[in-house]
Amino acid sequence: MDSTVTTSTEESVWGGGNQPLGASYGKLMMWFFIVSDALTFSGFLASYGFSRFKFIETWPIADEVFTHVPFFHGNFPMYYVAFMTFILIMSSVTMVLAVDAGHKMMKNKAIIYMFLTIIGGAIFVGSQAWEWATFIKGDYGAIETRGGRILQFVQADTGERAALADFAKTIPSERVDHEMRNGVWFYKGEALPSYSLNEVTEGLKSNPNILIRTETINSEGEKTLLTREQSLAKIKDGKLVVEGANLIRNEYGSRLFADFFFFITGFHGFHVFSGVVINIIIFFNIILGTYERRGHYEMVEKVGLYWHFVDLVWVFVFTFFYLV
Amino acid sequence: MAHEHKLEIFRGLLKFKSNTQKIWGVLVFLSIVTAVEVALGISKPHILVVNSFLGMKLLNWIFIILTLVKAYYIAWDFMHLRDEKSSLRRAIVWTPIFLVAYLIFILLFEADYIYNVFKDGFVTWDF
Repeated sequence: MDSTVTTSTEESVWGGGNQPLGASYGKLMMWFFIVSDALTFSGFLASYGFSRFKFIETWPIADEVFTHVPFFHGNFPMYYVAFMTFILIMSSVTMVLAVDAGHKMMKNKAIIYMFLTIIGGAIFVGSQAWEWATFIKGDYGAIETRGGRILQFVQADTGERAALADFAKTIPSERVDHEMRNGVWFYKGEALPSYSLNEVTEGLKSNPNILIRTETINSEGEKTLLTREQSLAKIKDGKLVVEGANLIRNEYGSRLFADFFFFITGFHGFHVFSGVVINIIIFFNIILGTYERRGHYEMVEKVGLYWHFVDLVWVFVFTFFYLV
Repeated sequence: MAHEHKLEIFRGLLKFKSNTQKIWGVLVFLSIVTAVEVALGISKPHILVVNSFLGMKLLNWIFIILTLVKAYYIAWDFMHLRDEKSSLRRAIVWTPIFLVAYLIFILLFEADYIYNVFKDGFVTWDF
């Protein structure tokens, strides 16, 4: 087993230059930062858990929200997030290989592995941006009730979700979006959704195949589906048409869900982005031979610690946001 | 700097010849765990959804345990905590674990209490 504390001679205890933890100053400081950053992320995830347990019966089901894969149409729950996870773990591996090559003073190998790590990080950040865009755009649309609950629509025969465009009626109305290019002077108003509440309500009434799905989760772990009569009664509570997501409301369910999504994945995405920037700096330093002249590649190791930490955080975000 | 690498994982069950080989071995292991998680998340076996332990579905317990397993191997082999002194390792690992466990305990209990207030109170929230 390892010894806990080593002080070789009594004289040098006060003489400075001791390394009781066997790690250099820079590496210890990186660990300090990582531990405190881990506590920040834990705070975010724990408060996510708080909100979720508070609304345990109505929280959105993640694999009904994240069902998209770029360039493909259809319902693929979580495939893309799993791919992102794999990319990040893979770039962690190339990072360890770069650190390993640095230990052996193999400059060219370290360059190649650092480059691959940067590419992996860039793919991940790009995927994250795409996820955000899809999330903000939304796909089906929903109705918000006076009490702030979300009502979604389902096709009765197939059991699949119905988009507003599938059944809403088009009723001519005078209300238009107020935009800068239409007039110099106007009152600011809410942006118009694609369909008005009236159009959705009429569409629901005239289309017997459409049912309403509430936020409430039943004992089977699925959202409650109303009958046709209940749906027609429930739509009277409607107040707003919600499409996509913003910080105030979203079509997926609880308002806090989108807020936590933007906040937690955004903060993590920012970490990945800054990690990529730092990796690029180190990459050029290796090419320029800075560490070759310094005699050791410890800088690569320190940046590696940060990069693995970002990966580590994602493992937790993946579990608590997408799986659980 | 840690110069020697410990090349055993799974408590010595699997021993690798070089550090590079160990890294690839850990990658294979982490990929398998992730694949299992995603497969469980998509299929959602009925028996794991309806049964629960300490107020949480068995499926979610499995996810959390697998996540901690993944975190262990990322920290131990990628961040090479395995090669560090045990004093450094303990300082890094147990400090956050203690604080986070405390925070989770408090927040989740409080959340459950608020859930019951919403549920049993005389105010309607769904209208």
